[in-house]
Amino acid sequence: LSIYSRTVEPLEYYRRFLKENCRPDGRELGEFRTTTVNIGKCLCSITTADGSALVKLGNTTVICGVKAELAAPAVDAANKGYIVPNVELPSLCAERFRSGPPGEEAQAASQFIADVIENSQMMVKEDLCIANGKLAWVLYCDIICLDYDGNLLDASVFALLAALKNVQLPLVTINEETGLSEVNLKQKNPLIIRKHPVATSFAVFDDTLLIVDPTAEEEDLATGTVTIVTDEEGRLCSVHKPGGSPLTGAKLQDCITRAITRHKEVKKLIDKVIKSITPK
Amino acid sequence: SVCPGDTSVLAGLYGPAEAKISKELPDRAALEVLLRPKVGLPGVLERSREQLLRQTCEAVLLGVLHPRTAISLVLQVLSDAGSLLSCCLNAACMALLDAGLPLAALFCGVTCALQPDGTILLDPTARQEQEARAILTFAIASSDRKVLMATTKGSCSVEEMQQCLAAAQRAASTVFQFYRDSVRRRYSKC
Repeated sequence: LSIYSRTVEPLEYYRRFLKENCRPDGRELGEFRTTTVNIGKCLCSITTADGSALVKLGNTTVICGVKAELAAPAVDAANKGYIVPNVELPSLCAERFRSGPPGEEAQAASQFIADVIENSQMMVKEDLCIANGKLAWVLYCDIICLDYDGNLLDASVFALLAALKNVQLPLVTINEETGLSEVNLKQKNPLIIRKHPVATSFAVFDDTLLIVDPTAEEEDLATGTVTIVTDEEGRLCSVHKPGGSPLTGAKLQDCITRAITRHKEVKKLIDKVIKSITPK
Repeated sequence: SVCPGDTSVLAGLYGPAEAKISKELPDRAALEVLLRPKVGLPGVLERSREQLLRQTCEAVLLGVLHPRTAISLVLQVLSDAGSLLSCCLNAACMALLDAGLPLAALFCGVTCALQPDGTILLDPTARQEQEARAILTFAIASSDRKVLMATTKGSCSVEEMQQCLAAAQRAASTVFQFYRDSVRRRYSKC
């Protein structure tokens, strides 16, 4: 009977659980799914990338690969490098995504990640410059979802942060006489990451109930979503509420408080993983 | 078309019309938003703004009264002198009003800029936006001044965000009064 009602009347099925303040997978309303992260060439298996990370948030699996290339900086920003994020939702991750040009969800997610990088100032573009006006690094960050079970934005931001922490850039010098660049692959430096933004997503049900870390099923039934990105000082890097049911300022405040708590959990996890892979 | 200062956006709404079978939804109207920038082809930024606008409009539109239909909202940016997203929101709401579609509430867009010294500036110009520490755009519903849509650029503290939100809610009344005056003018002529 319960399987029947879940397919035929999913909203009523969910409401019965929400009345008891829990969800069908056994979680509380404010509980996240198990988060695991694998960083680096040994665990993450992208050997050609300069930095990589694989994040699993419950069933949602997102992999991020960072490749660094050299390019001439833009004329109006001669001392800045580039960071180019791209989120892909291939058709293998969920049946709603078809192959072909990126859909609206992928493009909106790419824009969101670009905004988070810009707003949080996690990387200062001046750090990517090698020679003013002549040479700078371009970091292509490709975020690919391998399994979509809701909460794409949280997993993507986490994967991006973990991958960037893993990147080792070779030292590049410009030869004074020839004017050509020389890449020293033996000497590698990690990237300077100033801030660590963490995203927390909520789904709004029936205009009043807020649940954290929605699965794909919950996202479809929800009447709205909110994503809050905080950094370690408790500052808001982004409040992303793309339409959906209206919320009061107080409810937004609740979301922000939960996001700040989540930031601490994620930061601890990432520090633990980085320490475990650092060569002694 | 809506023109606060020098920013102007032209909105055209078509529908409820017959939907393509691939796009029709069985229980509600399918809303599609197209945002065309002034120069160049629509890119990733336009797509993300289209998603914001679409979900905001879907929240107020009573789509269940027109199932299996398609409603298209096309926005063309004529000039951009700051506060573009809130201008698009206002244009979208007025287009929905003008078309006579059933709405649960009206909404208006308000942009707040946080200056480096901490003062809040409403409806900033392009220059003020560049100098600001953070720019927050809210869509406020008319029924109870709740937040329908929120988007931020730059980082700010939680208190500053709440202050901007309160200022935006107060400013929303002015915009709704403008809607009322425009609609009154339109219908008093004929």
